[in-house]
Amino acid sequence: MEPISFIWPLTGGLLVGLSAGLYLLMNGRVAGISGLTASATGLSRGGSRGLGIGFVVGLLIGAALASALIRQPVLTITSSVGLLVVGGLLVGFGTRWGSGCTSGHGVCGLARLSPRSLVATGTFMAVAGVTVFVVRHVLGDG
Amino acid sequence: MIRLFVAVLCGLLFGAGMIVSDMVNPERVLAFLDVTGAWDPSLAFVMGGALIPSSIAYLIRRRMDAPVVADTFHVPESRSIDLPLVGGAVLFGLGWGLVGLCPGPALAALTTGAWQAFVFAGALLTGMALFRLTVDR
Repeated sequence: MEPISFIWPLTGGLLVGLSAGLYLLMNGRVAGISGLTASATGLSRGGSRGLGIGFVVGLLIGAALASALIRQPVLTITSSVGLLVVGGLLVGFGTRWGSGCTSGHGVCGLARLSPRSLVATGTFMAVAGVTVFVVRHVLGDG
Repeated sequence: MIRLFVAVLCGLLFGAGMIVSDMVNPERVLAFLDVTGAWDPSLAFVMGGALIPSSIAYLIRRRMDAPVVADTFHVPESRSIDLPLVGGAVLFGLGWGLVGLCPGPALAALTTGAWQAFVFAGALLTGMALFRLTVDR
């Protein structure tokens, strides 16, 4: 994996924050991708299905356009099929149970200093860090 | 209709952000989470960058009675730290640390055509459905 200039993550982060900020001020809603995805697919009791579908479709188009016009991503995914399935199940179930993910709790929740989001973000960051440590440095040979 | 247009526009910005930041790349995310290894600080810039406009928007919101094109704000008001919040965050963190994909990047990764992204997204939706069928009945 090539190192990248901090300009890329900073610019990408600003785009994400702009998205979250506009969505709040215009539509009055939290731009949390787990919630929007659940709404879009009819897997949520709350939220607007139409807006969820609109946001998710926009996200897919935006990612495709940025890949074509701005920066071609080179993905490195080393997980086995089994790990992808287990990871996906945990992320899907966990983000719904915990009412949010990196965007809803991390970006929107921290921005408004929500105590729930501070706890959630601290928890999933810490658990993810410990998980990577165990996989790479305890179980693995890293 | 205008609200749908805003949702699509915000989705476009968000999706572009996933690609531009390289958060769509699981290896980049895992390298950020690997603080005792060859640490890659990139994603701290994503988070920091995102919090600037987002925080400004939440400050502006305090002076607004209603959103620009909707009737009311739908922002969670709960302040209780409970088992679902922490338990969900633990499960999410575990899955995120195992693969390096959270929901936003997982959707964006679909557009690269990588088969792993489709397996992960299918499992993610299944996990959401399982929650809906069990806890959230």
